[in-house]
Amino acid sequence: MRELFIQASYLIASALFILGLRSLTRPDRARRGMQQAAVGMLFAIVGTLLNHTLVDYRWIAAGLVLGVVIGYPMGQWVPMTAMPQRIAIALTFSALAATLVGVAEYHSEIVAGGLPTRATMLALDFEIILGSITVGGTIVAAGKLQEWITSRAVTYPGQNLVNGAIFLGVVALAVYTIVDPAAGWAFYTMIAASFVFGILFVIPIGGADMPVVVALLNSYSGLASCAMGFAIGNVILIISGSLDGASGFILSILMSKAMNRSFRNVLFGAFGSETAAIGAKSSAGMSVRSISVEDAAIQLAYAQLVIVIPGYGMAVAQAQHAVRELAELIEKRGGEVKFAVHPVAGRMPGHMNVLLAEANVPYDKLYDMDEINSDFDRADVALVIGANDVVNPAARNDKASPIYGMPILNADHAKSVIVLKRGMAAGFAGIENELFYDKRTSMLFGDAKASLTGLITEIKNV
Amino acid sequence: MNLLELYVFMLAAFVGFMVISRVPPLLHTPLMAATNAISGISLVGSLIAAGSARDQVATILGFIAVVAASSNIVGGFLITDRMLRMFKSGSDNKAGPR
Repeated sequence: MRELFIQASYLIASALFILGLRSLTRPDRARRGMQQAAVGMLFAIVGTLLNHTLVDYRWIAAGLVLGVVIGYPMGQWVPMTAMPQRIAIALTFSALAATLVGVAEYHSEIVAGGLPTRATMLALDFEIILGSITVGGTIVAAGKLQEWITSRAVTYPGQNLVNGAIFLGVVALAVYTIVDPAAGWAFYTMIAASFVFGILFVIPIGGADMPVVVALLNSYSGLASCAMGFAIGNVILIISGSLDGASGFILSILMSKAMNRSFRNVLFGAFGSETAAIGAKSSAGMSVRSISVEDAAIQLAYAQLVIVIPGYGMAVAQAQHAVRELAELIEKRGGEVKFAVHPVAGRMPGHMNVLLAEANVPYDKLYDMDEINSDFDRADVALVIGANDVVNPAARNDKASPIYGMPILNADHAKSVIVLKRGMAAGFAGIENELFYDKRTSMLFGDAKASLTGLITEIKNV
Repeated sequence: MNLLELYVFMLAAFVGFMVISRVPPLLHTPLMAATNAISGISLVGSLIAAGSARDQVATILGFIAVVAASSNIVGGFLITDRMLRMFKSGSDNKAGPR
């Protein structure tokens, strides 16, 4: 009877998880669906607590209380601007749990005098390797996103060789533990080596490539829980783990597609380290036209259609609220404002959408690249705020450019372009942007938030 | 391990693929937060490790895993809800207070 209830609770939880994720296809239904998924989680936990192998609830109670104490602030008080780091830390936690459970499983099996079967060992190896790679990788990713560690690509000669050697070592140790499950030294060395591999694997990846890496690590942590399910024979872990793994996998494919780069290139290419000189057109002999706040305000005030292109610079300057205010002002004067969001704008998938939604921009004004690209032809002003590579026409017409082939927003099709930018530094990829030298483009230099506040004041006076 | 588990894995991965590829880019960050919350399901394994009283090491490791997994569940569902609450359509915005 009890066993039946446990199985039923897992069944309900799986169904609610799938329905919850399905609800995320519609912003108006998503909230409800995810609340139901949370109920599903409750079922799964209660079901597990009834398990007859559980005899001592003291550590469980203490762990749950501490988990709530840590989890509540992480959910309720972390600001939206810190979302990328927050997601990376959450991935660390989930991978850590998977790894520790794997070690505990192995250890108690050995202490009890038994040996895990080869099949169990295979599952445990997957669980622990994926888990500790993710722990190492996400710690570095979080450090980079929080800027504790330089967000630039850190490279050294022979890097791929070193990483390759460590990875082969991990695989060799894993094979050894399957052949001889009693070899504790191999098992524990494998964990340490995977952890180091995780660190070294993310270190050379630059800030703008973080969306791909975070998504990929998300997929690994999901697969680690999935492997845990195989190791301890638990179906709900297999189901949720594969949902999680599929999600991370799809996102990382979408992200690398949006950069027109293969997985391999993102992970082993260390894009950010390439020097600007390679292939890209030089800016020598070209000049930019800078514009005053007053002139920019007049252009915006009389525009019929303004398309705003937000980038990481907007997030850094915390300018999303000023952007919303500007948009409302233009709309009040009879113009139309749309937001064009490139899939890789920012530091994680969907980053710009969340920031703008937080600033109260309605989601029906946020457009994906494919939806909006044809609208640029009738736009009076394309307002680029802290974005660079995603509007670089070199991606379309300069075969020598490292970003050639990457799908971009057609800002250069607009009648005029205003670029809000701190200074003339090249974008993350270190590539000159011809758009800035176009005769229809004017540059408004300065901090994005300050410039926007200036524009708002001026438009009110027009 | 039996073959049935592999069937479950295959079908779940397929469903996950189908469902998640329909999530619009608009909601990709909430999707990541949501899968973080769901990945807290590793609590199931952690609870068993922490409460089975097999040996001390397993109990301690299980305890840490319970802390990590349950904080992901609480934090993950809360932040997903917070985020989804922010996504409003134009008509909601006019109706509600700023």
